[in-house]
Amino acid sequence: MIDPAMAETVWLTVRLAAITTVALLVLGTPLAWWLARTDAWYKEIVGALVALPIVLPPTVLGFYLLIAMSPTSPLTQMLGGRSLAFSFEGLVVGSVIYSLPFVVNPIRNAFEAIGTRPLEVAATLRASPFDTFFSVAVPLASPGFLTGAVLGFAHTIGEFGVVLMIGGSIPGETKVLSIAIFDYVETLQWDKAHLLSGGMLVFSFVVIFLMMLIEKRLGGRLAR
Amino acid sequence: MITARFAAALGSFRLDAAFEIPGSGVTALFGPSGCGKTTVLRCMAGLARLADGHLAINGDVWQDGRTFLAPHRRPIGYVFQEASLFPHMSVRDNLLYGFKRAKAVRPAVGFDDVVDLLGIGRLFDRPPTLLSGGERQRVAIGRALLSQPRLLLMDEPLSALDRFSKDDILPYLERLHGALSIPVVYVSHDIAEVERLADTLVLMKEGTVQAAGPLRDVLADPALPLARMPQAATVFEARVEAVDAAYGLTEVSVPGGRLLVPGDLGARGTARRVRVLASDVSLGRQAPVDTTILNALPAVILAGEPTSDHQMTVFLALGTDGQGARLLARISRKSWDALGFAPGDAVVARVKGMALTDQSAQKVAPVHGEA
Repeated sequence: MIDPAMAETVWLTVRLAAITTVALLVLGTPLAWWLARTDAWYKEIVGALVALPIVLPPTVLGFYLLIAMSPTSPLTQMLGGRSLAFSFEGLVVGSVIYSLPFVVNPIRNAFEAIGTRPLEVAATLRASPFDTFFSVAVPLASPGFLTGAVLGFAHTIGEFGVVLMIGGSIPGETKVLSIAIFDYVETLQWDKAHLLSGGMLVFSFVVIFLMMLIEKRLGGRLAR
Repeated sequence: MITARFAAALGSFRLDAAFEIPGSGVTALFGPSGCGKTTVLRCMAGLARLADGHLAINGDVWQDGRTFLAPHRRPIGYVFQEASLFPHMSVRDNLLYGFKRAKAVRPAVGFDDVVDLLGIGRLFDRPPTLLSGGERQRVAIGRALLSQPRLLLMDEPLSALDRFSKDDILPYLERLHGALSIPVVYVSHDIAEVERLADTLVLMKEGTVQAAGPLRDVLADPALPLARMPQAATVFEARVEAVDAAYGLTEVSVPGGRLLVPGDLGARGTARRVRVLASDVSLGRQAPVDTTILNALPAVILAGEPTSDHQMTVFLALGTDGQGARLLARISRKSWDALGFAPGDAVVARVKGMALTDQSAQKVAPVHGEA
């Protein structure tokens, strides 16, 4: 029932979501920390830019990304003339921007919820700011990291509009799940569309359900 | 010696506090809420930075001009109002957090010593959420001590606790006082706590320091508001002279006199702190006869001033020559006038009750003969 093309699509989608999630945790954590701690006047401007993909139509984001990835754009020049459009790397870049708020905002909220006290306590116990970040801030914000990672991963799995604009439907390169479902429906392969859609339904439920369970446990442990 | 000066305008509040305190013993920063004591303590820790500040601890400059040592580079221990234990660590890991980072080759404050002193051994594997308020604060104090501080800063460590937990923790603080040589700066707005724990008192008001000096001097200084408080008291450093086991009394000497205190206070020569409320002292011209009051001390009136319309606060010096320790008495204005007291008069001060401040087992004890 699951043919190699379908398996390839699923694997590609999972790979894209995993790489995007890791990239977002690496890039998003310092950004979230900065947003949670800074007093800079432009803090909320940056915050709004980060949150923009929540409200921006994916096709609009995809359109601007496509422009940025055009063969003559400065970005493409910087990359030595190789356009990111219609490539897996391009999808990763697009997904990182598209899923940014879903990772950064929960982590930022978790950092803000810690308050300054535990950080001050750590400082009076000889911990450097770097040490404090990893030994106190990150563990205390762990529910936020979990939520961010799960939302970022799930959100990327379901990506459609942005991929359509900058990725197209190249098997093994840019043909992700939602694109495949769309193609199957277009070509009247209902059974395959059913299989993938049903799989996504179950996957989404399990993810959300597990996340709520784990959050409850973590929250209980960290409650004062 | 610790010298500190912090000045800044913080909104509408102006802080300009400067004081010099001994580099050992417990110093209380005392004053009403909002007088800036916590800000001063945070400045000492480096948690707050005022541009105009100076801090030197026994010769080491931590802040001066552009010099500013970051808090994690200062060898301090800090106990906050709320215990603020790390919720993601067990009690043991909380205790070890600063201990490991202090990287002392030969720790001056041993792990087991602190655990014994504070009685927290049986709490080791519990998460902080399962501790009582008093237990949590004891762990917080232990955690601060184990970071091998050369200065211990405590910001009203008892104020977030109920009466019961407070009584539970005060004895530990007193033991600390005896067992450690680390100087302690202790912020409080509770004078009873200060009288129990402090050696030196820094009196603050509206961002400035009104007075700084040995506790007993500041408490009984006619120029300061402490002697006029309703619960004004005198604190003596007393020395055990003899124990009368048959009557369950101990005779202690204070500068300028001797007192009988209930209970066995230890071997001859033991130093104890005795606190006498001004309202527990009455005055007479002659030594009392036919009375149940055991303690009657000759003293000389230094000054008397009205505390309210009908009440006087009398400043006394113990001894027939008036060379001994200060003592405060709270008497009615009617008695003052009726007996015709005046500064310079020799009187007999009768002490109705007193409290040992350095032993939790003994609360306020009446010293009436029939007690």
